[in-house]
Amino acid sequence: MPIRARTPSIFRPREPINQSLLTGHRALVEEINRRGVLRGAISLGALAMLTGCDVSEDDSVQKALRTVSAWNDRVQETIFRPNHLAQTLHPSQVVKPPRFNAHFSIDEVKPIDGANWTLELAGRVSDKRPWTAQQIYQLPEQEIIIRHICVEGWDYIGQWSGPNLRGFLDRVGADLTAKYVYFICNDDYTESIDMATALHPQTILATKYANDVIADPFGYPLRLRTSTKLGYKNAKWIKAIEVTNDFRETFWSKQGFNWFAGI
Amino acid sequence: MSPDADATTPRAHHLHPLALRIMHWINAAAVFIMIGSGWKIYNDDAIFGFHFPDAVVIGKWAQYGLQWHFFGMWIFVFNGLAYLCYGVATGRFQQKLFPISPHEIIATVGDALRFRLSHDDLTHYNAVQKILYLGVIVIGVLIVVSGLALWKPVQFSELADLFGNFQTIRLVHFFCMSAIVAFILVHVTLALLVPKSLVAMLTGGPIVDERKPGGGAAPQIEATP
Repeated sequence: MPIRARTPSIFRPREPINQSLLTGHRALVEEINRRGVLRGAISLGALAMLTGCDVSEDDSVQKALRTVSAWNDRVQETIFRPNHLAQTLHPSQVVKPPRFNAHFSIDEVKPIDGANWTLELAGRVSDKRPWTAQQIYQLPEQEIIIRHICVEGWDYIGQWSGPNLRGFLDRVGADLTAKYVYFICNDDYTESIDMATALHPQTILATKYANDVIADPFGYPLRLRTSTKLGYKNAKWIKAIEVTNDFRETFWSKQGFNWFAGI
Repeated sequence: MSPDADATTPRAHHLHPLALRIMHWINAAAVFIMIGSGWKIYNDDAIFGFHFPDAVVIGKWAQYGLQWHFFGMWIFVFNGLAYLCYGVATGRFQQKLFPISPHEIIATVGDALRFRLSHDDLTHYNAVQKILYLGVIVIGVLIVVSGLALWKPVQFSELADLFGNFQTIRLVHFFCMSAIVAFILVHVTLALLVPKSLVAMLTGGPIVDERKPGGGAAPQIEATP
């Protein structure tokens, strides 16, 4: 199962691994691997486990852990309070610029040409006409100053504004009894949230940060911002929204991160 | 009355009844998972200027650490709740951990400093043991409560607010872990120094007859494996 590192840490190389090095030494690497396998087979399995093998990668272990994670999704849906608001904070506490985080580094961001960008709508939506950035930026705005909490453990306070997602879904005639709202983003990122979260009063399609149009690295021209999910659920550079009853794995959930990711 | 018949009456039982031994070892496994995976999660955004070495964390990648943590939490919490109910309902907490008198604490610390602490009687906890066991139970509750606040700072905002901001909750959770690790170091060291205490947690230890004054071990009955 290919797993991509989430963010740089001191244990992971900041630059991608030079593949040519691997190709050039493939024979040697495989030879070492074969010896390793042989040694592992001879020595005690338990000892091998203690010296660096990760039992979590084993298919049956991974299946069990993901089953628990799916169960945890349902627990989180049950305890979710649809109208319970997250604490909102003061403009003086806002961090500028916001903290960048993605599955690539900030200099790899591919800026979107707002003039030619459109937002596509799909699924259980009666009015599927695409939206231009200009049209979206003319919608009534809601501002929220809320804490962004990353699954890694850091947090910061951000000031986001843009159309309320519930209001937008109403406007385009979305089926609000559907189960999921699915976001497809420009950087082949996908995210989906449950309808209860989509309808939460603090869930917006953010177009501005600290009263200015969102800068490229943070999701220009359109991103999701909700007060009730971990950072990675807040899709950036949205290019399509689908309202659906079909559960689909998303960019991070495919890699083993919890899907619901509520806070 | 034969010793066997005596052992089957409700008031005479192993020092560590079977239910308690099962809960102890389930807890040991759960704590192992929670600490190892917790260290992995910590490494993704270190609070202090160090990381836990890869060799001692559970999960090669962040998502594996998280998966283990949110799997282990169910075992730790439900086993812990069962233990608390058991301790209260059977009177074990009352009998083993209380009372703790200041006089006894001073005496025990004095004995410990002069290397005169006796472990001949496994059925009686000295004052320091009482404090440590009681303390780790309280920390165990606090680590769950702070964990809930970390997991759901918005849904359980009333709880999270008791601690302060998000990073404060992380600190509380981290220090609870540190206290538990310190406890484990002392607990395991002493168990290895007094091997019969370790054996007792596997086999049940001596038969205790609560009808005798002090509820001490009944010496005429050998511990049954």
